Amino acid sequence: MNEAKLRIRHLGKRFTTPEGPFTALADVSFDVAAGEFVALVGASGCGKSTLLRLIAGLESPSDGEVLLDGRPVRGPGRDRAVVFQDYSLYPWFSVAENVGFSAGLRANRGGDARLRAERSRLLLELMGLERFADAYPHTLSGGMRQRVAIARALQNEPDVLLMDEPFGALDAQTREVMHELILHVLATERRTIVFVTHDVEEAVYLGDRIVVLAPGPGRIDSIWATDLPPALERTPELKQTPEFSGLAGRIRARIRETSGLQSDLQALRRLTGVRPPGPRSASERK
Amino acid sequence: MKIRGPLGRRRYLAIALASFLLWTACWWALAASGWVDPLFLPSPLAVLRRAYLWGVDGDLLVDARISILRVTAGFLLSALMAVPLGLLIGAYRPVRAFSEPLLEFARYLPAVAFVPMVLLWVGIGEGSKIALIWIGTFFQMVIMISEDVARVPLPQIEAARTLGASDSEVLRRVLLRSALPAILDTLRVTLGWAWTYLVVAELVAANSGLGYAILKAQRFLQTDKIFVGIIVIGVIGLGTDQLLRALHRALFPWAAARP
Repeated sequence: MNEAKLRIRHLGKRFTTPEGPFTALADVSFDVAAGEFVALVGASGCGKSTLLRLIAGLESPSDGEVLLDGRPVRGPGRDRAVVFQDYSLYPWFSVAENVGFSAGLRANRGGDARLRAERSRLLLELMGLERFADAYPHTLSGGMRQRVAIARALQNEPDVLLMDEPFGALDAQTREVMHELILHVLATERRTIVFVTHDVEEAVYLGDRIVVLAPGPGRIDSIWATDLPPALERTPELKQTPEFSGLAGRIRARIRETSGLQSDLQALRRLTGVRPPGPRSASERK
Repeated sequence: MKIRGPLGRRRYLAIALASFLLWTACWWALAASGWVDPLFLPSPLAVLRRAYLWGVDGDLLVDARISILRVTAGFLLSALMAVPLGLLIGAYRPVRAFSEPLLEFARYLPAVAFVPMVLLWVGIGEGSKIALIWIGTFFQMVIMISEDVARVPLPQIEAARTLGASDSEVLRRVLLRSALPAILDTLRVTLGWAWTYLVVAELVAANSGLGYAILKAQRFLQTDKIFVGIIVIGVIGLGTDQLLRALHRALFPWAAARP
């Protein structure tokens, strides 16, 4: 982790809405080193998905710029693959055809077709999908579908993998399995990763650094480096340690302070005259 | 009966058959009761007999064949133009802005009122029937297909772009493929309208076809023959509809289970 793979420079994004202009992001700057795993967290409305879409080139910035290897990002490109939360698989294609989708595109021709086919096969194996190669997405569970989406994104050998709440729609058990899978995949396929999530535990467990965004307008509140063992040595038991829960708790408290949820709690206390729910359960509301 | 409760295929067919028999029985009872002049409501048996006579004459098949040919030609012409145009309108907002006002206006124009103009423009030959079917279906078809394309989930498009797909690849490999089941449904619905306009065209300007046969029967007050014509058109419509539904199930097994 030496030079920056991604440089985000004074990035701002404004949208026009029926209620007038809306600033989703203002003056966001940070670097992501090559091979680093950066998790973006923050209260809803903090612009974390918008930030990811700007890096992907799916939105264009109102101010500032995103630099990939020093070159400004002008639009989506095969060097930055995206894993979406849902509905991005092609239901008319089998699992293998979905994973191999990019191989059939003009931009990717010219390479060795056999190597690409072999890579598709290896990715299916890595994701535990060999038995489902001929299945169609609608017959798979949500967790299996996201495995396909990750394999499809990796097929192109992107420099950067952008993940937009990829496990947000999954149940807690499946999500844990996916965490182990992601760490396992990273061991063989080292990538630079920017990962958006609303789950602080997930961010702390997977990330090298955690960027906390604050809403209104979306901006960087704080950046947290984990002093946890390197990603490849993490195991689920880590989540039980005081270091882990301490860091997660501090980040959650920080998000709560930026979100205005604190005033909600005070209002609730005045309204009911009883003790409001503890900070833990309040922060886990989506 | 439960709201959205399940229903097996056999049960469905049994209920559908019972409904058909019930309505035919009502018709037969009404005709047999003598309350209604047979001129206004011929009995099912009279209609069946007429269908048999018309059939052995050979004319029924000839009329049905020419009508089917006209519908197919007009409908295919509409579809061949509407699918690419609908795809572009559904994909590009400026193309939508450019064409939507005209299309929305055109689809409220009464196609039937174009009959005199069509006769003037393309004469009374086969072209006039095809042109009227085109006027009646094309504008609706373009708008509906553009909606089908516009409903393709955005992540499917964005995923393709981040995987390196060009615009034309997104159009062909994602938008068209994703919208295809919905487009086939749209075509199935508009095919029914094509039959309506065919009959209008044949009633006004033709010397063959089922619509023309109905008109001729009217001149001779052969109400049973009018009934046969209407029922034959209905049966052909039902048949093609079922055929297209079966095609839909065979081609797009994934579409029924969309999340």
